[in-house]
This record gives sequence, C-alpha cells and structure tokens, in this order.
Amino acid sequence: MTARRVVVVGYGMAGARFADEVRRRDPAGERVALTVVGAEPHPAYNRVLLSAVLAGTMPPSLVGLHGPDWAVETGVDLRVGVGARSVDRVGRTVTLSDESTVEYDALVLATGSRAWVPPVDGLRTESGALAPDVATFRDLDDCAAIIDHARPGAPIAVLGGGLLGLEAARGLLGRGCLVTVVHPVGHLMERQLDPAAGAVLAKTLTDLGIDVRLGRSAAQHVSGDGLKLDDGSHVPAELVVVAAGARAEVGIAESIGLSVRGGIVVDDLLRTSDPRIHAIGDCATHPGTAAGLVQPAWDQATVLADLLTGADPAARYRSTPAVTRLKARGVDLAALGETHAEDAEVITLHDPARGRYAKLVLRDDRVAGAIVLGFPDAAATITEFFDTGAPAPADRLALLLGRANPGGAQPRSPAQLPDDALVCRCNTVTKSRLVEAWRAGATDVPALVAATRATTGCGTCTDSTRAIAEWLATTPERP
Amino acid sequence: MRVGGLQLSGMRVGGPEHSGMRVGGPEHGGSTVEARDFPTNRGGLCQKGWTAGALLRTPARLTTPLLRVDGELQPTSWDTALDFVAARLARTRVEHGADAVAVFGGGGLTNEKAYLLGKFARVALGTAQIDYNGRFCMSSAAAAGMRAFGLDRGMPFPIEDLAASDVVVLAGANPAETMPPFMQHLTGKVIVVDPRRTATAERADLHLRPRPGTDLALALGILHAVVADGHFRADYAAERTTGFESVWRIAAAWWPERVERVTGVAARDQREAAALLAGAGNAHILTGRGAEQHANGTDTVGAWINLALALGLPGRPGSGYGCLTGQGNGQGGREHGQKADQLPGYRKIADPAARAHVASVWGVPAESLPGPGRSAYELLDSLGTEGGPRALLVFGSNVVVSAPRSSHIANRLSTLDLLVVADFVLSETAAAADVVFPVTQWAEEGGTMTNLEGRVLLRSPAVPVPDGVRSDLDLLRGLAIRLGQPEHRFPADPEAVFDELRRASQGGPADYSGITYQRLRDGDQLHWPVPSTEHPGTPRVFLDRFAHPDGRARFTPVEHTGPAEPVDDQYPLVATTGRVLQHYQSGAQTRLIAELNDAVPEVFVQVHPDTATRAGLLDGGRALVVSRRGATEALVRCDVTMRLDTVFLPFHFPGAQRANLLTNPALDPHSRMPEFKVCAVRLEAR
Repeated sequence: MTARRVVVVGYGMAGARFADEVRRRDPAGERVALTVVGAEPHPAYNRVLLSAVLAGTMPPSLVGLHGPDWAVETGVDLRVGVGARSVDRVGRTVTLSDESTVEYDALVLATGSRAWVPPVDGLRTESGALAPDVATFRDLDDCAAIIDHARPGAPIAVLGGGLLGLEAARGLLGRGCLVTVVHPVGHLMERQLDPAAGAVLAKTLTDLGIDVRLGRSAAQHVSGDGLKLDDGSHVPAELVVVAAGARAEVGIAESIGLSVRGGIVVDDLLRTSDPRIHAIGDCATHPGTAAGLVQPAWDQATVLADLLTGADPAARYRSTPAVTRLKARGVDLAALGETHAEDAEVITLHDPARGRYAKLVLRDDRVAGAIVLGFPDAAATITEFFDTGAPAPADRLALLLGRANPGGAQPRSPAQLPDDALVCRCNTVTKSRLVEAWRAGATDVPALVAATRATTGCGTCTDSTRAIAEWLATTPERP
Repeated sequence: MRVGGLQLSGMRVGGPEHSGMRVGGPEHGGSTVEARDFPTNRGGLCQKGWTAGALLRTPARLTTPLLRVDGELQPTSWDTALDFVAARLARTRVEHGADAVAVFGGGGLTNEKAYLLGKFARVALGTAQIDYNGRFCMSSAAAAGMRAFGLDRGMPFPIEDLAASDVVVLAGANPAETMPPFMQHLTGKVIVVDPRRTATAERADLHLRPRPGTDLALALGILHAVVADGHFRADYAAERTTGFESVWRIAAAWWPERVERVTGVAARDQREAAALLAGAGNAHILTGRGAEQHANGTDTVGAWINLALALGLPGRPGSGYGCLTGQGNGQGGREHGQKADQLPGYRKIADPAARAHVASVWGVPAESLPGPGRSAYELLDSLGTEGGPRALLVFGSNVVVSAPRSSHIANRLSTLDLLVVADFVLSETAAAADVVFPVTQWAEEGGTMTNLEGRVLLRSPAVPVPDGVRSDLDLLRGLAIRLGQPEHRFPADPEAVFDELRRASQGGPADYSGITYQRLRDGDQLHWPVPSTEHPGTPRVFLDRFAHPDGRARFTPVEHTGPAEPVDDQYPLVATTGRVLQHYQSGAQTRLIAELNDAVPEVFVQVHPDTATRAGLLDGGRALVVSRRGATEALVRCDVTMRLDTVFLPFHFPGAQRANLLTNPALDPHSRMPEFKVCAVRLEAR
C-alpha cells in the first residue's frame, strides 16, 4: 500500500498541530506522506505565547512548536519560506512560490488569518505598506517591531479593544509604556461582553493605568505624532498597534473557486466544496464555531488526522464550545457560551467598585453561558460545568462567588463551639471530651493533654486547646 | 513496625534511643506508648501511634499456626505447619516448575525481612515470582525518581530542611490525616494539590483542586507559568540538567487558561503557585499517592519533578523534590530485593554485574538466580491460571482488601493449590489461607527500617514475644532448611541478616555497607548511601551531582492523557480512594483497636449534597457505589466542599465495604502501579 500524499498549506498552529496528530497516529509515515508548506521563514511557533513575549516575560526563543530537526525526525517534507501560489484541482498539484510543484491526494488548507487594518488615513504609506510606526500584532516579526518601540515612557496607541488589543495593551503597560486603547464601540470586547461587563473591564484597565477611549475611531494617523480621533481629540503615539480584527486568509481558496463565506466553508469532515481539499483553523468557517481561538483549530486538527490516516473514519468535528479568556496580568476575565441570552435563567452580580462582574446564564439547570470578571476560581468552575454539561450546583450564588463566598469560616469562641466539634483531629478529641476531662480533674493544659492526647499529633490545635482551657477556667458552671 | 505505617520514625517503634516512640516495659504488659522528641515527629504522635500498644494485647492476636482441615482453619504446631508447607512447596515445584510458587511481601517489613524474603524466593524457591504491596504504593515515585535523578531516595534531603523551606508543595498528599506529626515541619507557605478539601488542604495557603486524573496537566500549567512569567532557571538547567527543550515543547502548549479547562484549577491560581515557588528562597515539591496512584503515575510524578527542575530546586541546599513515603518501611522495603525486578542495594536483577555480586554474597552461581518476575497486580492476576503460580506465600500484606479489583483477586486466590499467610492477626487474606503462621509484631522484634528521608533506624525489642509466636525470619529459616538449604544461609538473628545485607548492598545505589547496629545504637544519624564504616552518611544526596552517569538530572517529556477510564453516561462520577487518620492500610490492625474503630467504624462515601440528592441519597443513609468491576456498600457522608463530579471512599474496610471492589487495575507502563485514584462510578440508593 502506498502512503496517501497529504499536502498542508500553512505551518502555523493549525498546520503544525495537524502534522503532529498525523505522526502520532502514523509515526513511520506508512499511511500518510506529509508535505508541509509555510510562508514564514521560521519553524512553526505558538502564537498564544506572543502576549508573554510582548510583555517581556518570555524570550522569543521559547515560542517554537517544533525543534530544528523536527522535519527530519518525523519524516515530513517541510518547506518554509515559500507560499502556495496556485492549485490545480484536476491534476491535484500545488505550485509553490519557488516554482516547484507538489502532488496531493488530499490538500489541507491551514493558512490562518491576517490582521485587518482599517482604512484610516496615514496608517499605510503610499505604496500600501504599513507606516514605519504602525504595527499589527499577528506574528513574531510584528512582536519584534512592537518591542523595538516599547521603551519605558513611550506613548503607544492600540487600535481595537478586543481580546488581542487588550492583551497587547496590558503587555505594553507592563513594559512601562503610556498606553491608550481606542475602541470604536461603546464597550470593550463587545463580541464577548455585555455593556456592564465591558464597563467594569474598562474601569479595571483604567485603574491599572491604561487610557481607554470608547466609542471613538481614529480619523487620521500622523507619523511621529499620533492619532487624531473622530471627535477631534488627539492621542500621542510613537507607535500605533493595530488590533482591529482579523480576516481569514482565503486568497488561494477563492482563486480556485472553493466556497467561501468569511472563511473557507467546511463540513463536519472538514471538507471544503472540493472533497479532496480540507481546511482547518482560522481560515475555515464551520457552522457554530468562533474564529480566532486556538482550541477549535486543534480539535479540527485531531479530527482531520483521524480521517486522513484512517485511524478513525467515523471521526467528525461538531463544534468547540467557545471559551474566551483574556490573558492579561491583573485582569481575570472569562466569557463563554451565550452571554446575551433572553428567556433563560440569568444571575448577575455587579460590583464595579471592586472590579467584579459575574453573569451566569442557565438553561435546563445547565450552564449555557457566563461572563466572569474578577472571580478567577469561579471562572474555572463555571467553565467546567459549561464544558461537561453537568447540572449546575443548586447553590447558584456559591458557584458564582467561588472563594469570594466567605461562608462558614467565622472564628468562634470556645463557648460557641458545638460539643461535638473536633478540636484535635489527630487524636479524635472533641470539645466535649476536653470538657469531660476538665471536670474529671484535668484542670490545666498539660493535664488536658495527658488525659486526651489533644495537641500531641501535628500540634496545630494547641491554641484552640489553650483557649478551651481558659474558657473552662473562667466558666464556673457547665455551659 | 506494621502499625501506623507512616514513614516517620515517631511511628517507628524501637528501643527508646532510636525513635520517636517509647514503649513501656514488660511490667506494663507492653501496653503503654509514649512519644519522644525525634527529628521526624518532634514529639508528636497521632491516634494510631498512641493506641498501637493495644495491638500488643489484642484478643485477636494469633499465637498458634493454623492449618485448614476439612475446610476449617485449625490450630496446629509449628513443626507440623512448616513440614506441611515445605512439602507442598517442594511438590509444586517438581510438578509445575519453580515459578509455580510465588511470594508477596510488604512495605511494612523490616529491611532484614525484606532482604531475606527476596533471597528466600530466589535461592530457596528459585522463583522469579516475587513482588510486594509497595508496588501499590511507592512504585511510581520510585520509577520517576530513577528516571530523573538516576536514584530513588524518597526525600534526598533530611526532613529538617522542610522547616526552613519558604514554600512547600504537597502534590496529592494529605499528611494532616496520614502522618499528622509531619505537619509541624511545614512552617512556611503550603500549596496543596488535592481534588478534595482535605484536612491538609484546609491549612494550605493555596489549595489547587484539580479534577481527579488531571494532576499531570496541572503540573504542566504551573511549569508553563514559571517559564512564561520569567521564572525559569536557565542557568541551573544548563549546568545541572538535560532535556529541558523537549519538556518545554509540550508544556508550551499548556498555558494556564488551557490547563484550567482540563483541570478546573483557575489560571490565576496556577500563576500564583508559580510565583510563590519562584519567589521563595527555599522551596520543596513533594508528591504523595494522589499524584502517584494512576495509570500514568510515573509521568505525573515526572511532571512535578520537571517543575522542580525548572525552578532549580533539586540538589540545591535547603530545597528539593521528594516523595512522601508511606508504610512503615516503604523506603527500605523497596531497596533490598522483594521487588520483582530487583536485587539488594537497589540493584537491577537484569544487570549481570549486580547478579554476580549478589550471587557471590549468597554463595550460589549467578546463573541460578531467576530473572525479573511479574509485578504485583499481574502476579495476583495470574494466580491459578495457565502458566501462573499455584502456590503463594504472603508476608505483611492483606491483598484481599488492598489490591485493585479486589473481588477478582479474591477469586484468583481461591484457585490456588496452596495459600500461606504470615501475620499476627487473622486478616481477610489470612482467613482465606490454607496455612497461617503467627508472627511477631512491632515492639516484639528487632531490625532496621529506613524512613522517608533515607535514614536507617534500629528497632530493639521492647516486650517479650508471646508463646507460640515466631519472627518472619524464623519462619523463612524453618522453611528454607526444610527445602534443603544449608542452615547458615538463612540466619534468624536480625543483626546477622543485616550484616549480610550490608555486603549484598555494597557498591549498589542504596549502599548500606557502612551501617552497623553498633553505629545505630551509638546514635549515628545515617542516611544512605553509607559506603564505609567511617562514612558519615549522606543526608543530602544530590548536592554535587545527580546519579546518572553524566551527573545531570533529566527533564523527561510527559504529556497529559487523562484517566484510563473516563466517565460516561452509565458511570458519570469519578471515584477516588484514600485514607482516614484512624486507619492504616487494609485496616486489619486498626479495626481491632476500639478507640480507632469507634471513630470510623465503617466505609463511607463522601459526596456533595447535590450529587447525593440527584442520586436519591440522604446524608447518613446507605448507598451502593457501582463501577464496572463491582459495587461497594457505603454510608453516605455529605460534604459541601466536595466537587460535584467526585466521590471519595477510604479503602480500609473488608467484605462488601471494600473500596477496592471498584478500582481499576489499569497499570502504569513504567511502574506497574494500578489506577487507585480514579475510576468511573455511579451512585445508587440501597
């Protein structure tokens, strides 16, 4: 049996993951002969880590997904620094930018997305390239360009108050830059948040030191000076970081007539309108799957590897529940599922003074969506219920509050302790046992210890035993 | 000592001068126990220790051998029982080959007993089929320690170091219940990793509560946070380790938010753990059974070790990685040859040089020594099957209660031609035996134990041996001589056995050759290796180099895979098993002590009230916990701190109350540890 020739166009997070998943199922390359084509000159790297690189806590050398010998070790024909120029769907060949051609039995498009730059005067030069003090935030080179400008005290404007823009803004703030976020909508992260949550988030970021301008668009960029906004106000900026959204990279797909609606349309087998061509990750559009998150891309890579290696011909990609987490130091935000729900059970907690907001949406006793800002452990628990579909706890408020719920941990005086309260766990000594021992003549701490062995294990009940002795000494009658 | 079982010398009774516990003399009938100040327990004892004296006078004590006649165990004499067993063993060997006889040991046995048991199996029986209950306990930590450091000494540093530590991580350990005096050492910040809000977790500065079976992912998330937040010790990694890049390639894909979704532990808590550890002057990461008793237990421990290495902890004075060894002699018990693949001194039985050395000490040809045998569960699973053993000798273990999928194991035992058990009470396993030998218990016998910090402790007899009782060493000697072995080869005096052990361990990783009873009596604090009688011992093993040939520790790439048995619609809950303070292991000893048994008299299932309500259960009522392998009847104990998807059962109880009726015998590929900590179950009303 000859191996099926699979060509992957795109060596980013989706393409690299797909290659890994294929080799996990077919380590020796007996079933699948893999060719991977990547336009960037680097080996694949983990884009999720770019926020940490931008923040300066992680060196860029650590973002690689694969080592330099990966292709050799795994028997993959890897070609970096070349793009796919055209595809012959009938002859089943891909022509690359270096004029070479590759034959395929199955073609996988994992071309990702690119930053969208709004048509603002001055962001681009006349040649169409970005102005020298304008950067997008998509790849390692963008990261390097931003870091070049990000000296402490430098004014920097971030265009876009979505997930990526806010992560960039937080990272730059951590480097000591003077950061302004300009966002055209009335509240931040409007795709994921409701206005109240957006307002609490804006306040949290403002308190951290970020200047947040809401409902404002950039009207003009003047290199070396900054941005002029649509209300005439001015934002000084030595650098403008554009994080205004992304568009699926669909050039090749459109040129060969595949069905495209925003992204390349795929079904549950991740097939495009040509069944020999597949698409995964940001370049693909699957019904009910949010773009821009890595988890769907990885889930799709797993399913497609099952299908193309034959490991599980019944594998299907249904959807990935969308959970958005903002990775910004000092800000803990999760948004998941339906957050703008009507006609559902909705519990809301609004505590702007402490930067906290929580909204829980339930249907049929299950978590259908949530926005959780400033309650990190509750966010984790709520996400678990959302992911597993398990019935939510009856005590909704406890779920919503997590550790913020002070329940029951009040210190008690010895008199208030119930008789059967366990004072010394190591020796199973209750309050009533201590009281009995006292009344039998053990009327100081050493005598209580000798009679009951309380405190003789780990010793942490020493204080409470002493307190009980003091209470007994000052309490004439049996309480 | 087999009581208490926790690897603190405070629980390790010997002569008053050598341990943290003192036993009253014969005039007290051996029934009083006092604590004394010792480095490990600092004068503290838990209830098991205080009440251990009661075991010396329990009416359930066996004082005569028992032989099954017409289906009933009947008293008999030692000579009759020994003759009977020896004759049956010899016949089994002639008819079915040497491997038709198997031996099962215990981590509570002294070093001398563990050593002689291994020798007895390999020399007197000629069988490869020997393993022990430590396989269910310490094997994953041991395998991971060997892999990372080239040596497995539970704590490669003295326990006093912990008291000076700024941050201690307890990954899957609950010492507030399992070894309470240990808690006194935790004076800095404590991070507890446990799916349950245990007594230990209640005292934690940070409690990370992963979904059961996701501990490895959590360790990856914290490692990720260490690196991403700039805390990685690249200088240490370059100087003292290899392999970081391969580990990082995996951990890089486990950023805390992704780990949160798998484990349920908040990303912020993962970052806080990373920051606490990185900001500490000295820090320790310690693993317990919660991390280790999984079908990927070795890799899970490996993930915690990787984290320790990324932080530069191991081999640094005042910091480190260690495991919290359980059982009375859990450390020494894994060093001297009762393990299927091992010879004394922590030598490998497959290593020709190791075989030659040990054979020369034993005075037998190296080629006569059998090779590696089956691991504990595989050994028990093979009993009475085609090609499996037909006779089994059990020392210091109660497998009917403690082995996973225990109804199956009880069935396997029942198919044996001969089951022999040495114990001092009629454990559930002994009750199923053909022959039971009554042996000595803790305060009645001498010998050495090696505690959780690798320190060798001498126990001296404190009370006389009851009439009719003999030591395990005596029993082995009696059988060996009847099987045709020369008398000198199987001494019954512990010191004579130890002197031979010293020679057998000489030059091995766990080198005891420089340890003598006299040095221990003189109060020398000897942590192995002790390669000569002038050597002061090695409290901190890895200060200069690790034990791999290149002197470096190894980062080992490990990936999260999840539990062997995921939950589904039929079995929607995760059951995890463990211990309570009042009981030890299978409970065969502690259930006999009224004070302990009254406190926790029966098995319970700890469950969130919502989960109980959905299953139609009431707090204080009865439940049937059902897995694919069996069902356990348990008292319902509702607890709002439980995760809704998780129930907990202690495993100390017999019969229909055995938690191990449920557990999944999926085995770790490296350590052969069964997956005690996760299996899929459902709850039904009784």
